[in-house]
Parts: sequence; C-alpha cells; structure tokens
Amino acid sequence: MPSWFNTWFNRDGWSKSIIAIPYFWLVFFFLIPFAIVVVMSFAERTATSPPVGFLPDFPYVTFENYGRLVGDWVYIRAYSTSIINAFMATILCLIVGYPMALGITRVNKSWRNILLMLVILPFWTSFLLRVYAWIGLMGSNSWFNKLLTAIVNSVLPADMAFRNIPMMNSNFAVVLVLVYSYLPFMILPLYANLEKLDTTLNEAAMDLGSRPWQVFKDVTLPLSIPGIIAGGLLVFIPASGELVIPSLVGNASDPMIGRVINDEFLTARHWPMASAVAVALLLLLVVPLMAYNHFEAKAQAGGKP
Amino acid sequence: MAESGGSAPFIRIENVTKKFGTFAAVDNVSLDIGKGELFALLGGSGCGKTTLLRMLAGFEMPSAGRIFIDGQDMAGIAPYDRPVNMMFQSYALFPHMSVEKNVGYGLKHERNMTAGDRRDRVKQMLDLVKLTELAGRKPHQLSGGQRQRVALARALARQPKLLLLDEPLGALDKKLREHTQFEIMNIQDRTGITFVVVTHDQEEAMTLASRIAVMDRGVIRQVGTPTSIYEYPASKFVAGFIGSINMFEGKVTAATKGEVEADVPELGGKVLLASDAVAEKGAAITVAVRPEKIAISRARPKGGNAFPGTVKDLGYFGKDSLYRVKMASGTVVSVNSVNAIRVREDQRVAQWEDKVWLSFEPSSALLLTQ
Ligand SMILES: Nc1ncnc2c1ncn2[C@@H]1O[C@H](COP(=O)(O)OP(=O)(O)OP(=O)(O)O)[C@@H](O)[C@H]1O
Ligand SMILES: [Mg+2]
Repeated sequence: MPSWFNTWFNRDGWSKSIIAIPYFWLVFFFLIPFAIVVVMSFAERTATSPPVGFLPDFPYVTFENYGRLVGDWVYIRAYSTSIINAFMATILCLIVGYPMALGITRVNKSWRNILLMLVILPFWTSFLLRVYAWIGLMGSNSWFNKLLTAIVNSVLPADMAFRNIPMMNSNFAVVLVLVYSYLPFMILPLYANLEKLDTTLNEAAMDLGSRPWQVFKDVTLPLSIPGIIAGGLLVFIPASGELVIPSLVGNASDPMIGRVINDEFLTARHWPMASAVAVALLLLLVVPLMAYNHFEAKAQAGGKP
Repeated sequence: MAESGGSAPFIRIENVTKKFGTFAAVDNVSLDIGKGELFALLGGSGCGKTTLLRMLAGFEMPSAGRIFIDGQDMAGIAPYDRPVNMMFQSYALFPHMSVEKNVGYGLKHERNMTAGDRRDRVKQMLDLVKLTELAGRKPHQLSGGQRQRVALARALARQPKLLLLDEPLGALDKKLREHTQFEIMNIQDRTGITFVVVTHDQEEAMTLASRIAVMDRGVIRQVGTPTSIYEYPASKFVAGFIGSINMFEGKVTAATKGEVEADVPELGGKVLLASDAVAEKGAAITVAVRPEKIAISRARPKGGNAFPGTVKDLGYFGKDSLYRVKMASGTVVSVNSVNAIRVREDQRVAQWEDKVWLSFEPSSALLLTQ
C-alpha cells in the first residue's frame, strides 16, 4: 500500500468509507434506476427489444406520454382512486392505531413488550396468506359477512334488509385490507414518539387545571405530531402504490395506479407510458412532502425574536 | 408546633403514610402549616419530600391518613380541582408553547376572566420574573435560570392558595440562586400565598423559610423556625444534619434544675450544661457544641468548661478560620472563629502543633438524649 493511502485511511478514511456505503446504495439502487425511468418516460414505444426508442430528429424526446396522462380519463381516475384509498386507509390506521399506541405506553414494562410483539406478530405469516384469509372473510357466505349483515339489518327497516353485504371487489375491501396490512407501520412510529413524551408534562397540565381530555388535546396530541406524520407517510406512500391488495380484492374496472403501471408495462408492453405514470406518481407523493419539510423548517426557525 | 398562629391551620396533614409496595416512602407524618407561611421541607435524597409534595398536589393518594387544605378534605379530589399549583423539580415546561403561552396556560380555565384580563395577568407575571423581552421564545431557546423563572411564573399565574416548589433553585448557580431566593421571598410577601418549598440544601431552607420540617427516611424529625432548628435541635440526627456540630458521649454526674454536670472523657473532664432537659444521675447523654460557639486561646481561660488540646489542622477562609484540635483522648474538635481583627499570619491565635485551650459557655452546649 502506498503511504499516502495509509495516512488517509487512518485519518478519516474509515469514517468516509462507512458513510459512503449508504450513498452508494442510494446512487446505484435508487438514483440511477430512477434516472433511467425518467429518461424512458420521454421515449416512444417501438417494436424493438426493449420496446423503447427516441425520435430520430430534434428534439429526440416526446411529451406524448405525459400528454396522455393528463388528457386520458383512465389515468386521472386511477390516480384519484389510489390517493383516495390510501388517504382513507391512512386516516383509519391513525384512528385505530393512535389509541393502541397510547395504550401500550400506559401499561407496565413487561406488558408493553408483549403488546408490541402482538402488533408485529402478523408479519410472521405470509402477507399473501393473510390477504387470502380476508378474501374468505369477506365472501358472502362467511361468518364475518353474516355477522355484519345481521348488524346492518338490525338497524334497517325490514323491507330494506340485505341478504348479504357485497364487500369483495370494491374499494371498501381495498381500504379494509390496506388498514389491516399497514396498521403496524402506523403504530410503531407513533409508539416510539409517544413513549418518549415526558409524563410530568401531563401532570403539569393537570396541575394547571386541565381535565384528562384537555391534557390530551393540549399536550399529548401536539407533541405527537411528528409520530403521526411519520406513521402517516409510512402508510400512505406504500398504500398509494399498492398492487397486490387491489389486484386480489379490488374492483378491476376501477384500478389503482399500481395496477395501471403493471398493465402498461407487462400487458401493453408500453414501457415509456409505464415510466411516465410512475414518475408522475412519485411527483405526486414527493412534492407535498417537500413542501411540508419546507414549512416545518420555517416553523422551527421561527419563534426566535 | 403552635407557631403557625391560633386559628385552624391552612394545611393539615394527619398521620399520612404513603407506601410503594411494602416500602413506606412517607411514614405516619403529621404536620400543620399556617396561612401565608413559607414552609420548607428539608431532608436528604430519597427521604420522601417529593412524595409528600405530590400528595398535596394530588398526584399520589395517601395509603393512610388525611390531608386538609383550607379546611377541605382532599381525599378523592383530582389535581385539577385543587387550589394548589406546583413548580416541578424538572420545570415541566410545555416545549411546543412560547413562554407567554406557558405562563397563560392555567388561565384558560379561569371562567370569570376575560381575554384582556388574561393578557394583563400574563404580562404582570412576566414583569415579575423579568422575562417580558423573551415572551415569544420557546423553552428550548432559554437558559436554565430563565426556564426556572418561567416555571415559577406559570405556577404563580393562577394565584393559587398554595404553591408547592420542588427544589426550585437546584439548577441555578450560587449568585442566581441567592437572587431568586430573595425574589421568592418578595413574591411571598406581596401575594400572601402559602408556600411549601422542598429542598435538600439546609442553607437555602434557613434563608427562605419561616419554618422548617426536617425529614429523614419518611419521618419528620423536627419542625420549627430556622433558629430553633439550628440552636435547639431535638436529636443527634437534626443536630448533625443542620450545619456542623461536635458531639461527645458523656454520663450525668449531677443534675439540678436548669443545670446538668456531666463527665465527658472525650474532652478530658467535667462539662457544665445549662439545660432544661430532665436528666437523671448516671444517664448516658450526648453533649453537642457548634464549632463557632467554642473559643480558642493560648492561655487557660477563667471559669469552667475549658479543655486543653493541640492544633492539628488550620484552615483560613478570610472572614473566619477553622481549627481542628486534637484532645488528649484523641478526639478531634472543630472550632470556628471569626477573624474579627486583622493580624499577620505569624500573629495568629494558634499555629500548627500549638498547645491551646478550648472553652465554651454552659448555655452554648446542648444536651441530647436521642
Ligand atoms: N413511584 C414510586 N414507586 C416506588 N418507589 C418510589 C416511587 N416514588 C418514590 N419512590 C421511593 O420513595 C422514596 C422517596 O422518594 P422521593 O421522590 O419522595 O424522595 P425525595 O425526598 O424527593 O428525594 P430527592 O431529594 O432525591 O428528590 C425513594 O426511596 C424512592 O425510591
Ligand atoms: Mg425529590
């Protein structure tokens, strides 16, 4: 080894090499592939293999794919279905997950670990298996469907009673299974956030005259916003691009965007179009995120006189 | 103690015990605190001061006994319904609220205040603790001392009948601490609020409080004014906990009304004590004398209670000097003498290895039996 190398390596080579690993990962497995997808989204479909080609003359690229994206009702509808389903699932995960996460922080240490185990326990069986189980549950002859039907019928007048509730192949089914599948991704970051909160703050609020509900509203809830956002993103982002759940339990005539990308890529073999759909999805998800970060940073910097 | 005034006490703690499992953090404590008092709970780490305070605030329920505040039994009354505010050991400021919002937080529950009233009160409180300029800052943008003042202002803002302060000055440097002690005493003077202050710093308790309770392992050992606690400690524990003191074992040789003579081998002779304590002849007692109440001289002083020894150690602190004198028995006695006149080093009363005489008044020595 040359001596300059040894000197460099001993001085800060170690830390630099270690920091470099995640950067390499990001560059090779995210940035470069993403750049390829972006470039491809400006190409045309050709009969070659791969089925991608650029125009022979200046400007060599075409915006036709993006034109179709905003012009064709199919895509707009798929985007809105995705966003609405993912949003509903995120809100429901929050409503179900928040009390659970808060509850786990309020029990003693040994119970805490058991409850956290239970939260991640479903991961130990195959995801597909669990979705198939839901298909069984939602089917019109299942006990679950019968139970729901009975509950609904008990509040409806007799002449409007259902024989069963058509749950399968609907956005309702998609949202239900999304909530079930992604709930741990909401609970875990929320728990990590809530567990760190100083309970003497609750006591201080109570000491100053606040009843428990008000303590929650004034202290716990605002201080858990970072956890809500982290959990919300962890559910919303993968849910909006979800392919498997809508394919298995969703309505094929009202597809989510993951399904559209899949169909463009494999069935229509229109790689450029699939790329354009994917790029647009990413922008749709990343732009609000960056805006949030921007305002958050501003709010942090503010308050100083 | 009847020093809290003739009428019914403002706080009455009756045989209160708090158990965590089988361990009694507070053990059968009874205490009366009068209206407008500045009362200090003094004791070492883990003796149950915070636990007692938390029971007053309503965060812990007594395992046994009762607590009355302003004549009202506090059993089953939640913290938010008590006329009490607490300043926490850790300050517990709301990190997401500005200084102003923190101070005003308790006021939103005051139904009969208008928005303008609330703003005025917050302003008044910020003026009081001199934080008006920092009203818009968040707690993480403040220094430790500033945070402490926000916590004080927040606890004061609702003008509670009772204010509980848990180690309020623990995080401050000496100068700021002294300054804030005076601020607290000032506020107490002006508002007439009853204060209960927890501290493990005996000097702080002596400066601040009108009365002090000395706690030890969940039990109150003595209650009294700073003077009575310092000059008339009732037990060896209290005597040793407050300030420094020399203690010698002895046996009573003669006892008349108001005067006790005891044989104290550690000092090498008979000691005369002025004491009202009833001591029987032959009883084992402890004689305790504070270092500053012992005189040191080269020549044998006239009168009794004089004992010879050798200077083993000498510390010069400017305004006073500390001598450590070894008696014939081997016992080392601490003597503290004020440097009232200016002398050069070689003109001091005593130097290392000098033979000196120690003496004290019969009324300066304490007779302790427990
Ligand atoms: N929630 C609890 N569970 C079990 N033991 C406790 C609990 N709270 C306090 N203790 C115990 O009770 C005793 C008294 O605690 P406390 O906090 O009142 O002490 P303190 O006098 O305030 O001490 P410090 O000066 O260190 O603050 C300690 O031995 C402590 O370990
Ligand atoms: Mg304490």
